Amino acid sequence: MILEYFMLFLLFLMLALAIFAVETKDLLASVVAAGFVSLVASIVYLYLQAPDVAMTEAAIGAGLTTLIFIIAIRKTERYEK
Amino acid sequence: MRKWLALAFLILLGFFLAKITSAFPFGVESWGVSKHYVDKGIEENRGSNLVTSIVVNYRGFDTLGEVTVLFLAATALAFLLATCRCRRRYERWEASLIVKAASETLYPLLILFGAYIFIHGHLTPGGGFQGGTVIASAVMLMLLAHFTFHPNHKALSTLEGLAGMSFVLIGFAGLIWGGSFLANNIIPLGQWNRLFSAGVIPLIYVAVGFKVGFELSGLITDMMKTIKEE
Repeated sequence: MILEYFMLFLLFLMLALAIFAVETKDLLASVVAAGFVSLVASIVYLYLQAPDVAMTEAAIGAGLTTLIFIIAIRKTERYEK
Repeated sequence: MRKWLALAFLILLGFFLAKITSAFPFGVESWGVSKHYVDKGIEENRGSNLVTSIVVNYRGFDTLGEVTVLFLAATALAFLLATCRCRRRYERWEASLIVKAASETLYPLLILFGAYIFIHGHLTPGGGFQGGTVIASAVMLMLLAHFTFHPNHKALSTLEGLAGMSFVLIGFAGLIWGGSFLANNIIPLGQWNRLFSAGVIPLIYVAVGFKVGFELSGLITDMMKTIKEE
């Protein structure tokens, strides 16, 4: 039961972080929030007994995508106009 | 006005998606082809990770398509970077001592971990895509920490091509000697739960791991050395 409440908390956390990532003007914060959404999603996948998908989500969504976006921000601009 | 239209469209889309998905039974035992995979998968492929058996063997052709999609995306990015008016060289900057020292320690460990993931793809969770991505993030870490670290781009793309080609060649070997494309009966299946088991599945996942790792490393190197002209 307590695990289900924890999962519910994680799902709402994902929703809040995703809205923050879209709304904020600071692109670096947005990218970090999007990476965090992937990290939480990988925990949820692990709970749903899909370790393969959880690994993919953690390695690609939270790791590599965040890093590639950070390079892109470094090469362009940090703040949205 | 446009915002409200978008909102109405989203609500309509959500309504229909909910209507469609509510028609699917959820959490009940399924029949048909998935039943066969669950019941006979281990017996037919001798891989203890059933997900890998499905992804690489039963649905191997889809995985080939997936690898191709990744290749197309990398090609499109290389094309975009080539058409911009940019200079091609590495930026010079000094990373802090902590980042430098930590990256030097972590780099071999990350490469080893990535290789472990794709070599044991048929035994433990994970596989070529995950392991390749871990290797690419190791390369990325070194690129961020040391501006003197320059991977050989030509070697990366040659090795990537060879890895992709070996996937297709294994598939054709199955077609010639096994009866169908990517057939898993050309080499002995071996014993369940051993490193050398599951026939061609580990070979294909090692090829996929190398391909994804080299491809993403090359892509990141390409991005890092492109500088916008002022």
